[in-house]
Amino acid sequence: MSALHALSATEIRRKVAARALSAEEVTKAHLERLKAVEPRLDAYLVVLEERALARARALDQALAEGRPAPPLAGVPVALKDVLDVEGLPTTCGSRILEGYRPPFTATAVARLEAAGAVVIGKTNMDEFAMGSSTENSAYKKTKNPWDLGRVPGGSSGGSAAAVAAGTAPIALGTDTGGSIRQPAALCGVVGLKPTYGRVSRYGLVAFASSLDQVGPLARSVEDVALAASVLCGHDPLDSTSAPVPVPDFTAVLGGGARDARVGVPWGFLEHGVDEGQLARFREALGVLEKAGARLVDVELPHLPHAIATYYIVATAEASSNLARYDGVRYGLRARQPADLGGLYGQTRDRGFGPEVKRRIILGTFVLSSGYYDAYYLRAQKVRTLIRRDFEEAFRACDVVAMPTSPVPAFRFGEKTEDPLQMYLADIFTVPANLAGIPGLALPCGFVGGLPAGFQLLGRPFDEETLLRLGAAYQAETDHHRRSPKL
Amino acid sequence: MPKVTVETVDHVARLARLSLSEEERVLFARQLDQILEYAESIQALDTKAVEPMSHAFTAGAFREDVPREGLPRDRVLESAPDAQDGLFRVPRVIGG
Repeated sequence: MSALHALSATEIRRKVAARALSAEEVTKAHLERLKAVEPRLDAYLVVLEERALARARALDQALAEGRPAPPLAGVPVALKDVLDVEGLPTTCGSRILEGYRPPFTATAVARLEAAGAVVIGKTNMDEFAMGSSTENSAYKKTKNPWDLGRVPGGSSGGSAAAVAAGTAPIALGTDTGGSIRQPAALCGVVGLKPTYGRVSRYGLVAFASSLDQVGPLARSVEDVALAASVLCGHDPLDSTSAPVPVPDFTAVLGGGARDARVGVPWGFLEHGVDEGQLARFREALGVLEKAGARLVDVELPHLPHAIATYYIVATAEASSNLARYDGVRYGLRARQPADLGGLYGQTRDRGFGPEVKRRIILGTFVLSSGYYDAYYLRAQKVRTLIRRDFEEAFRACDVVAMPTSPVPAFRFGEKTEDPLQMYLADIFTVPANLAGIPGLALPCGFVGGLPAGFQLLGRPFDEETLLRLGAAYQAETDHHRRSPKL
Repeated sequence: MPKVTVETVDHVARLARLSLSEEERVLFARQLDQILEYAESIQALDTKAVEPMSHAFTAGAFREDVPREGLPRDRVLESAPDAQDGLFRVPRVIGG
């Protein structure tokens, strides 16, 4: 592919900075690509053609006047529709936010735009980021670019599909229990969930506040590192954002894998992983070993409890966070309710889809009188045990490697009837959110024509090691260079 | 573990200000029962001496208490389904 939409963000930035390409040309090429493939993919909820072209021209003008090129000059980006941009709709894939136009911009988005990125649209997602297939969107079903009969994963399914299809070289997603990494795996792209606190959550609509984290998806580790260097950093507007220095993540990419200790929790991988997926995972470990990494066995004894813990903690936080959607201040309002109680109840009944209601009910239950200690408090304690498991593992290794998803992309409707089956698909991704540690998901080949993936999990604030090993892996493989035929 | 019944769902839905359809009440009771049965595994763990974890990192959670401008009122009210005289309008609460 030599088309402009096939260029990496790194190449686009280099060419725009050298004025060999204009930001406008790049933006137009991506909008054209989008028009060609979007009718089949349904990855976007809104395309911001005029705004994007205006921004691109303004950037070209600034460069023509001799201003220095910022780190993402002219790079088109897509935003998961859970991030606020002042004056544009934010839907979170939900009917309940219909008509809402936030009066502020998310810090993550502001940082991208200040770095010269061009926002081309907002992408589809599971309602309020609750789901693993993007089927819970109230608006449309996003298709997997590798097989239009299958889901792109979720909840950042629109962002993953957009990157895989070449409509944007970088997209933002959010990861509460795997929502960046799992769709990245199912669509064959790279996704980084940074350490909790690395990226500001200001302007991110909350799902589970102690787990939510914003991060980039792209087709290469190099592009993910480029985006992460811009996104990460302390923000006084988010009290949970960490005052920890941010390195230039692209500077470590040539460091190789020599002597890195890669921990593999084989005991945890014995059950329920698709055979083809497991074979690709073993091959990926082989590649890292050949590049000089050492494999070590690690135990993470409490991980079998991660799904139960996660679905208690996350739904409890969600039930509290989603109390604000009551038809009073923004979004949908039920027509002609009898009284204020009716206004709340009817607005929420009409505005929320089934998965959101299910989670509000579960979360309210585990917090309710008589059940709080047995469920919510106990889950918080098990969360500590899971975090300790990782602390213990990181004494013996520098990163932990696991498959990202137990299975490749599944068919539409395959798991929607049984919510527990859908939840179990998050088994390898939720532990990183519970522990607060970073995770990098990488494509590692194919199973029956569908992308397979694995992830590297690291110590808190050690994204550098993940990205360095990820780059070493991609230097030896070309899975990430393959693109779907659309 | 207690069996989740339709009555449990009704009670919780009331707490959460959710009006549910008959179909949803029955479906959610069955599904929640299933999910909680699965989550029962954590009851067997020994957590006596374990501190609960509410957040991954808490550094930086405090800031100086300095007053600053809030969002402009008219911009905030633009997204309101009903507003009047610079206020959110809701159905009558008292004396209806």
